Amino acid sequence: MHGPVGCAAYTWDIRGALSSGRELHRLSFTTDLREKDIIFGGEPKLEAALMELIERHEPKAAFVYSTCIVGLIGDDLEAVCRKVADKTGIPVLPVQSEGFKGSKREGYLAACNAMFRLVGTADVSDIPELSVNIFGDFNIAGETWIIKEYLERMGLTVVASVTGDGRVDDLRRSHGASLNMVQCSGATLDLAKMIEEKYGKPHCRVSWLGIEDMADSLYKVAEFFADKDPEIMARTTELVRSELEGILPGLARYRKDLEGKKAAVYVGGAFKAFSLIKSFRHLGMEVAVVGSQTGTAEDYAELAEVTDPGTIIVDDANPLELQEFIKEKDVDVFVGGVKERPIAFKLGVGFCDHNHERKIPLEGFVGMLNFAKEVHASVMSPVWNFVPRREKRHRNAGKECSHDR
Amino acid sequence: MTLLRHTPKEITERKALAINPAKTCQPIGAMYAALGIHGCLPHSHGSQGCCAYHRSTLTRHYKEPISAATSSFTEGASVFGGQANLLQAANNIFSVYEPEVIAVHTTCLSETIGDDLKQIITKARKDGKIPEGKEMLGASTPSYVGSHVTGFSNMVKSMVSTFAKNTNERNGKVNIIPGWVEPADMEEVKRIAAMMGVDITLFPDTSGVLNGPLSGEYRMFPEGGVTIEELKDSGNAIGTMALGEWCSADAARWLDSNCKVPCTVLDMPFGLKATDRFVDTLRVIAGTSVPDSLAHERGQLVDMISDMHQYTFGKKVAIWGDPDQLISMCEFLVSMDMWPVHVVTGTPGKRFEARIREITKDLPFDINVKAGGDMFLLHQWIKNEPVDLLIGNSYGKYIARDEDTPLIRWGFPILDRVGHQYFPTLGYKGGLRLLEKMLNAILDRKDRDDPEETFELVL
Repeated sequence: MHGPVGCAAYTWDIRGALSSGRELHRLSFTTDLREKDIIFGGEPKLEAALMELIERHEPKAAFVYSTCIVGLIGDDLEAVCRKVADKTGIPVLPVQSEGFKGSKREGYLAACNAMFRLVGTADVSDIPELSVNIFGDFNIAGETWIIKEYLERMGLTVVASVTGDGRVDDLRRSHGASLNMVQCSGATLDLAKMIEEKYGKPHCRVSWLGIEDMADSLYKVAEFFADKDPEIMARTTELVRSELEGILPGLARYRKDLEGKKAAVYVGGAFKAFSLIKSFRHLGMEVAVVGSQTGTAEDYAELAEVTDPGTIIVDDANPLELQEFIKEKDVDVFVGGVKERPIAFKLGVGFCDHNHERKIPLEGFVGMLNFAKEVHASVMSPVWNFVPRREKRHRNAGKECSHDR
Repeated sequence: MTLLRHTPKEITERKALAINPAKTCQPIGAMYAALGIHGCLPHSHGSQGCCAYHRSTLTRHYKEPISAATSSFTEGASVFGGQANLLQAANNIFSVYEPEVIAVHTTCLSETIGDDLKQIITKARKDGKIPEGKEMLGASTPSYVGSHVTGFSNMVKSMVSTFAKNTNERNGKVNIIPGWVEPADMEEVKRIAAMMGVDITLFPDTSGVLNGPLSGEYRMFPEGGVTIEELKDSGNAIGTMALGEWCSADAARWLDSNCKVPCTVLDMPFGLKATDRFVDTLRVIAGTSVPDSLAHERGQLVDMISDMHQYTFGKKVAIWGDPDQLISMCEFLVSMDMWPVHVVTGTPGKRFEARIREITKDLPFDINVKAGGDMFLLHQWIKNEPVDLLIGNSYGKYIARDEDTPLIRWGFPILDRVGHQYFPTLGYKGGLRLLEKMLNAILDRKDRDDPEETFELVL
């Protein structure tokens, strides 16, 4: 991280993106720019830092992140990276992610630009026809591993996963995969498009969240390969059947308690909101409030279509507005990110972290069961009986919150 | 697994590279300090990422809602200056969220493009962006100077330099600037002052703001915090006690030179001796005496130290964090015959190293101490000279796991445990809690590691 210390400190190991490799990403490396560097430029410091790091850890490649101040003082990242790459013999890739350039979306694009430089730099002759890349999954709590296992059971080879449990060597040959499956469109759609344009490999949009979206995504992939492997559809159907068989009894048990309860959903991108609405229906729950920070006009039109009449749909709401909606609808559980969690709790409402701080996998079929378990645990917690506002509600309803598990 | 097994024992000098920082940048300190003003919305004058990261970190540390706003710099603002963004933000914030006061801090970006907060705030006032009876203050907090501690100090100084007035009516109160301590510690300062019958103005004061109850309501501006009226009146106090040279001295000295309020800079009252000095100074400034109840608490702390000193003697400790806290903690350790052998702060400044060397000069060996160090260096030191106990923030858990050494979480941030919001470690009572934590860690380890024949019921 080329910038002042904070940029590195705040991003140090805050995401539960699991790795089966060296765990080097869990250390934090920074040039810790000081006033002197701002005045005279940070290039010499960056070069020295990179040389030392690469010598010590011998990575396959290095990514160098630019920050606000680096963009402002005009350090030539490209030149430093080229120089270090020449000296060390590994790819050293600048990520032009200056904070003022825009939101996370622009950061994703900067990362895709950097990663695309690696694509196409290794031999792909041994990659089979039935092969895919997993894009836009971060392996939070090991989710990529779950998806990868499904795909392998379908008879597919996974060439690269980007970026969850990703490898430089895999990225180099990712252009050899027949299909790119893109989740979380904001993050890696650009990379998929670049590969499509240069190497002619198509992509499809998928979601690994919730029963329908999970199954639909697998069927979509199976469909794609159906003419190459006539058996793949049958294997996929069998996979979906056996996975559902495994989770449906568990879901039914949770549903018994959750039937009729209400949820509020406030997430980053709208794609997740769609999956969550469907997931809550499986639990017999109604999504009474739904919103996103980055949804488009089309997203909201679609949300209005898939939700029940009377559902409050919000765009980029502030906490005071969220509070009003939650109280108005008297919801039982809130789904959001790190900053919303304590707000939900202050209101005496259950919470499910559906963001990068989640500790259990919510993707895949097993993820749906985990989701149900997590929602159940929070909604049914006896602690809410001690909350003044909800206490009154329970009294009015003439019954205590059920302790039946 | 190879988690953190990336730390080699051999230490080579690094000039250009920091690994696993033991500090962060100024703005978050300014944000934390500002939350200690009643009805205050902190505002980050920079790109939106800064504000999001500070809020997330404070949320994880306190498990409380953290409200703050941002100027959301774009490429345009970075070229033409952020004045328009800030004026617009002030307008929106006062009309939508209705805080009493907005506390603005800069970032590396707004500092470097040369935004002048004082001028922008004056313009905001002139243009009617600040409603009648509302306030706005600003602190310059460039991320590439000092550390998060510096940012805290700069915002606290701005609290007095913006508001404090000497109106020639001494109010009989003592200003206490507690420094970057937890809400529970700030509560403890108020409790001790009340025991001694001293009327104080404590600022900043995050108690009641960041350790509130679950009420069923979300309040953007909870009960707690020092009021603007109190800050104005701090210029009429009979004296100021600054707890911590790094965190609090600048504000106290400003009051001394500009409002003629005499200041005393003390170490933070962690541990026996530093608490003694705190109590004694407060007694002298306020012209009061130490009540038996407080002497009783002191006696209890000395009692527990004596009861258990056979287990603390000679225990080696590695400790990291912020300068003011480390100075007092090292003194506490040494006073219990424990040995702080490795001491790291990320905050630069040679004075720190000199202070720690002074405190540890009677130990039977030279200790390792570094200002402007990082967790990687600390880990290397520990590999070369293992310790019995680690004391510091949550980032020590990698070392604790790798070296199989117990860790006491103390400092900022604590991202994986609770308690710091509610239980003070400051004062005599806080000393008891610190000692209890140390003994539990040491004795749990002893019980785990003792062979069966020396495993004992009574310790």
